[in-house]
Amino acid sequence: MTTPLIKPPRKDPLARTRLPLLPPAARSRTAHGLTAAAAEGRFALQVCQDCAAVVYPPRDACPSCLSARLPFRDVDPRGKLTVETTVRVSPEPYFRERVPWRVGLVKLDVGPMVVAHLHGDTREGEVVCLALKLDRSGAPVMLALPEKDTPHMADDPILRELTCDPKFRRILITDGRNAVGQAMAKAFADAGASAIFVGIADPWKPFAGEAALKAIAGVEIVPLDLTDSASVDKLAAQNGGRIDIVVNTAEHVRPGGVIGGDGVTVAREAMELRYLGLMRLAQAFGPGLRMRGADGVNSSAAFVNLLSVHALANWPAYGVYSAAEAACLSLAQSLRAELRPGGVKVLNVFAGPLETEWFQTVPPPKVAPAALAKAVVGALRQGIEDVYVGDVAQDIRARLDINPKALERELGE
Amino acid sequence: MTAPPASARSSLRRSYDGVVACLPVTIPYRRYSVNGAQWWVGRALHDLIKGAGLRPKDIDGLSVSSFTMAPDSAIGLTQHYGLSPRWLDNVPLGGASAVVALRRAARAVQAGDADLVACVAGDTNHVDSFRKTLAHFSRFAQDAVYPYGAGGANASFALIAKNYMNTFGARREDFGKLCVAQRANALNFPHALMKSPLTLDAYMAARPIADPIHLFDCVMPCAGAEAFLVCREDTARSLGLPGVRVLATIERHHAFPDDPVQIRGGWAVDVDELWAMAGVTPDAVDFVETYDDYPVISMMQFEDLGFCAKGEGPDFVRAHSFTNDGDFPHNTSGGQLSVGQAGAAGGYLGLVEAMRQLTGTALGNPLAHADIGLVSGFGMINYDRGLSSCAAVLARPS
Repeated sequence: MTTPLIKPPRKDPLARTRLPLLPPAARSRTAHGLTAAAAEGRFALQVCQDCAAVVYPPRDACPSCLSARLPFRDVDPRGKLTVETTVRVSPEPYFRERVPWRVGLVKLDVGPMVVAHLHGDTREGEVVCLALKLDRSGAPVMLALPEKDTPHMADDPILRELTCDPKFRRILITDGRNAVGQAMAKAFADAGASAIFVGIADPWKPFAGEAALKAIAGVEIVPLDLTDSASVDKLAAQNGGRIDIVVNTAEHVRPGGVIGGDGVTVAREAMELRYLGLMRLAQAFGPGLRMRGADGVNSSAAFVNLLSVHALANWPAYGVYSAAEAACLSLAQSLRAELRPGGVKVLNVFAGPLETEWFQTVPPPKVAPAALAKAVVGALRQGIEDVYVGDVAQDIRARLDINPKALERELGE
Repeated sequence: MTAPPASARSSLRRSYDGVVACLPVTIPYRRYSVNGAQWWVGRALHDLIKGAGLRPKDIDGLSVSSFTMAPDSAIGLTQHYGLSPRWLDNVPLGGASAVVALRRAARAVQAGDADLVACVAGDTNHVDSFRKTLAHFSRFAQDAVYPYGAGGANASFALIAKNYMNTFGARREDFGKLCVAQRANALNFPHALMKSPLTLDAYMAARPIADPIHLFDCVMPCAGAEAFLVCREDTARSLGLPGVRVLATIERHHAFPDDPVQIRGGWAVDVDELWAMAGVTPDAVDFVETYDDYPVISMMQFEDLGFCAKGEGPDFVRAHSFTNDGDFPHNTSGGQLSVGQAGAAGGYLGLVEAMRQLTGTALGNPLAHADIGLVSGFGMINYDRGLSSCAAVLARPS
């Protein structure tokens, strides 16, 4: 059984903050097939298209038939923990300050023998379930989990190192005026976050759901306007050192394409709030997040971008909106690389139209704010990097894989 | 068409008659060195040429093994050292380097492709260079082993040792017996980095590194170089060098891929051929030099090379004594466990020591009888197991 975490005490302001170190990040290009699966929380290995052999470690030729046709496919993650060891001495600084560290050999039912990190509730000789996780370097690693869930298993130190579990962490939600921000606050409170700072621009203006938001345990309303650099910098100066997960819930949804409509006015507004707002947020809070990646139980962990799935493929009915979302996605890719030295993940959450006022005329299926919030918390607990929420997002993801040109045409019809 | 069985193939192999290995050279090991691998290899070549009374241009064959000479490979060394060989080999096989270099060089000499082959292995050990070697040892290690605790060979062999203990009932005391005996053998060996006696109690009480591997199961990475010369028997005689005869050799890579965890090496495939070619049985050898980075691998070699059956390694160890004055002299210079592991030169340690014992020039404790010796090599944990295995049966000069 995992020893449950206890809430970390208030930090000694005079104590030095331990700087983040990273596990070995180097991987071959082929091994990044594992990165792609781990980023979405899938368990995929190479499967030979000619002889069906399941192959690991990643190869460029099948060891059974020398075929080069070795795509990554989802496979059964179960196996037996054949033998284990506890590493007590390691030359790598990252592991040196984290030993003892259990690793073992897992014989997968589908064939390969896999070197894996071991969850504390796994035992030699027993059935385990492998998961592909992104470690603090953003590199894919194998983790052996017990076959069935065990009490407090998320509190296992190795698993927590590989995830961004909100439990006992402090959250910044950038806009609590909208339904998504409010649902997010509720979900993080339920997930055991120890403090939830919720940004409100012009707090003197009342808004729907205000009373319910303020009633959520742990919520503290803070003034925050992402279109105003001074406002963002002021909040970072006050609270930046004690925020572990940033969730950007700012939204700017307007129908309309490029020609006609409101000219550049709407586009400028959208970019000001969404693109430049994201940049202000990242510039103000990024350095603190990157410094505090190894700061104990409540180390910094993640930066969450809520994006439209139409960031990936423009939807001309909401063409200007889609373009602003695409700009945010591109910026998030840069931010992901820039936060990686701190072991901090950037979680991109792709959703289809939401069940909110600005999508009033759009037919279902739509994503309820509470469902989006649940997906975000789930993704952080899993430690994944990209999540597609709802039927529309899943559909567009699948169609992009098959034929992006067909998707482009069909979105314009 | 299927390959002929090993028993049929062995009859096709020619003997190494007329070829010898001579002039064992050791450049004393150091824990850390400020010099590069090229310095260490260069010192070994210098001593080899000086010992044979030759000039650099007389060397017409060169075989090099090193982990740390990047960005050079063997070819760059020819210009570095002013050599102009007509036969050049690079043997990047770690603990299997020496026997593999020997058998290739012997064939080259036998065929007339070269007359004087310098076989040399050398590595440096800078502060922190060992970690970098581990991190980039192989693609599989980089992708699928090193990110898991970065325990390096210690962690990989811990899994192999633990599985061997679970499967065959070996105990830590059995591994300890080998380590203690090797340390006793090392006490008079001038180049050994470990110079204080080791007791079984101290072995058992050592700090854990990666369970069940404890401190004295591990070799100490260091800098050093080893070398020898391969030539015709008459050439050696004309140079006044006693030449060790090569009775038989084997080499095998990536044997038994279907064993879930390594419990044997490639020796088990070729062991019958080894003894048939040598024309002797295992009980004819006076001493054995195994590749000993971790005593469990020595135990596997006793089994796979025919001294006992698979799984009987622990009983074999309990029934014998392994010091130079014992009934099964083993790793007579102290092995890498006591001398240190100078990268690829570690693979040469046993062969060079065997040459000295067979020519009556032991630097440490000489054996009472040393007519025939067995040297075996093992190397290259690419992913979850050592891939290369090899062995040679050697005999004193005729």
